[in-house]
Amino acid sequence: MALSILHRMSGLLLALGLCALVYWLSSAATGEAAYGRAAALMRGNWFRALLFAWLASFCFHFLNGLRHLAWDAGYGLERVHARRSGRLVVVLALAAFLIAAWVLFWPRAGAP
Amino acid sequence: MSLRSPLAIVLGRGAAGEGAAHWWAQRASALALVPLTLWFLLALSRLPLDDYAAVTLWMGSGTHPLWLALLLVMLCVHSRLGVQVVIEDYVHGVAPKFTALLLNSAAHLLLAAAGLYAVLRVAMRGLA
Repeated sequence: MALSILHRMSGLLLALGLCALVYWLSSAATGEAAYGRAAALMRGNWFRALLFAWLASFCFHFLNGLRHLAWDAGYGLERVHARRSGRLVVVLALAAFLIAAWVLFWPRAGAP
Repeated sequence: MSLRSPLAIVLGRGAAGEGAAHWWAQRASALALVPLTLWFLLALSRLPLDDYAAVTLWMGSGTHPLWLALLLVMLCVHSRLGVQVVIEDYVHGVAPKFTALLLNSAAHLLLAAAGLYAVLRVAMRGLA
């Protein structure tokens, strides 16, 4: 139940992330100065927080989406199974977020 | 015994009047996004994101524009359908709901067009 509303909220957040993705691509198409402004924006604290929120939302929405696809295919609909897969999704999403955040944001040449 | 009216059975449509097209498109785009988003995140993790030349070279090289275009289209389709369901559930009244649905479609169409245009511009630069 709670995961169902989280799926919607993370999805809405990711829709905003889609706007940022298009802005980033457009800045790259516009030229070096525009891309520099986009990259500087990404390094800012507010945007950095948004990037983390989008990454967390993606990890959860992706894994919970797989759970929904399994349900649609007729698997895991029993209440015990649904509860168990729900807990599994939360744990896996948390682990995936930590690993992805470490890989993407760990100080390296050109990390966001 | 079926609870559906004879007319509904003949038309083959559900209560929403648009059949299962929305449902299928949401699932199909979700499936397509599994490999596409993983590919994109993996690529991002390897790119020096503050290096304009390296980023645009990556965007325009090989089959990358193709996958980026597919990613954008699938993201916009999936996002539009998802936001549509939220609007249908939480925005009440015919006029506000209709306006919100129209804006949702327009915004996602604009995002898809702008994203594809950007990818195309970078890809063409490599050819010139």
